[in-house]
Amino acid sequence: MGCSVLDHCVTQEAESTDVPPSLLASGLLALKFPIILLTMTKLLEWVFGVSVIGAAWALVTFDLLNLRLPVAYKEVAWPMPVYLLVVFGCYSLATVGYRVATFNDCEEASKELQDQIKEAKEDLRKKGLKM
Amino acid sequence: AENGDKYSVLLPTYNERENLPLIVWLLVKYFGESGYEYEIIVIDDGSPDGTLEVAEQLQKIYGEDKILLRPRAKKLGLGTAYIHGIKHARGNYVFIMDADLSHHPKFIPEFIKKQREGGYDLVSGTRYRGDGGVYGWDLRRKLISRGANYVTQVLLRPGASDLTGSFRLYKKEVLVSLVERCVSKGYVFQMEMIVRARQLNYTIGEVPISFVDRVYGESKLGGNEIVSFLKGLLTLFATT
Repeated sequence: MGCSVLDHCVTQEAESTDVPPSLLASGLLALKFPIILLTMTKLLEWVFGVSVIGAAWALVTFDLLNLRLPVAYKEVAWPMPVYLLVVFGCYSLATVGYRVATFNDCEEASKELQDQIKEAKEDLRKKGLKM
Repeated sequence: AENGDKYSVLLPTYNERENLPLIVWLLVKYFGESGYEYEIIVIDDGSPDGTLEVAEQLQKIYGEDKILLRPRAKKLGLGTAYIHGIKHARGNYVFIMDADLSHHPKFIPEFIKKQREGGYDLVSGTRYRGDGGVYGWDLRRKLISRGANYVTQVLLRPGASDLTGSFRLYKKEVLVSLVERCVSKGYVFQMEMIVRARQLNYTIGEVPISFVDRVYGESKLGGNEIVSFLKGLLTLFATT
């Protein structure tokens, strides 16, 4: 949404000054990135997050930058994705299980409602309601 | 009454001939006791069971300034019902709730108190926090409810604990601006309202409520509804 506005600005500015449009274009392109960051959908946030973490993991596990990290780093990093998924799975099950177990059963609310329904019907009948 | 606030209660109804008098009686009771200015707007979608006729009787009993009727020809969906209902609403705040007695008007003073405490743009009733809860659900239903809510929290991180709940208090202009932007139906519509509210940086407060489900036995949550819920959730995930 913000991008078309920026494109319009580029052409306008290029027409009114002597600055080469290509310089303006790259300058304004740099501004598009924060706008995308700020208005990312949840899906994009996940894709972005997973990509960053995935890149870091691949970097350490496969030594992509030839950093010659200690072997211990690689050994810890390698099973991390599966490990984190399992941890997340267990956490999810425990959390949902806990929430189901502690889900309030509003017995009193139901009883109160039953009593009030009786009271209401009586009062409405007196006021002339034909049910 | 003290600061000129007036609360419009939107009641979309479909075949609520039995429940409508009862919910209206409860609303009159709790609003009356609290002293707040209010009006009840009944939006009936052409119920074949005579709901509108009962509503007219209630209007005679309680007065046309307290019970407003905004009927429609047929069942047309919740978002449009809200828009239709608000058109002649004289309140600056709007309550939305179910007319089948699952939502209890006794919480209304708590909603108002919460809203004034924090100046919230919207206050959402939650079944999942504090002493909120549900009556009438078996283990299966509770599992589905909590499971679906958990998935929603992970995917959308909405900042509210109960997204499919429909007992809420909105500032009138906030409700109008949100309904304009929402396109989903059913459960997902209520979720989308909260998600859009977040997007627009509206503030959201919460009040624990009890939800008394008296229709669960008749209308079990089936595979179809679960599938359409997931579809709606994924759409919100990908587009907001």
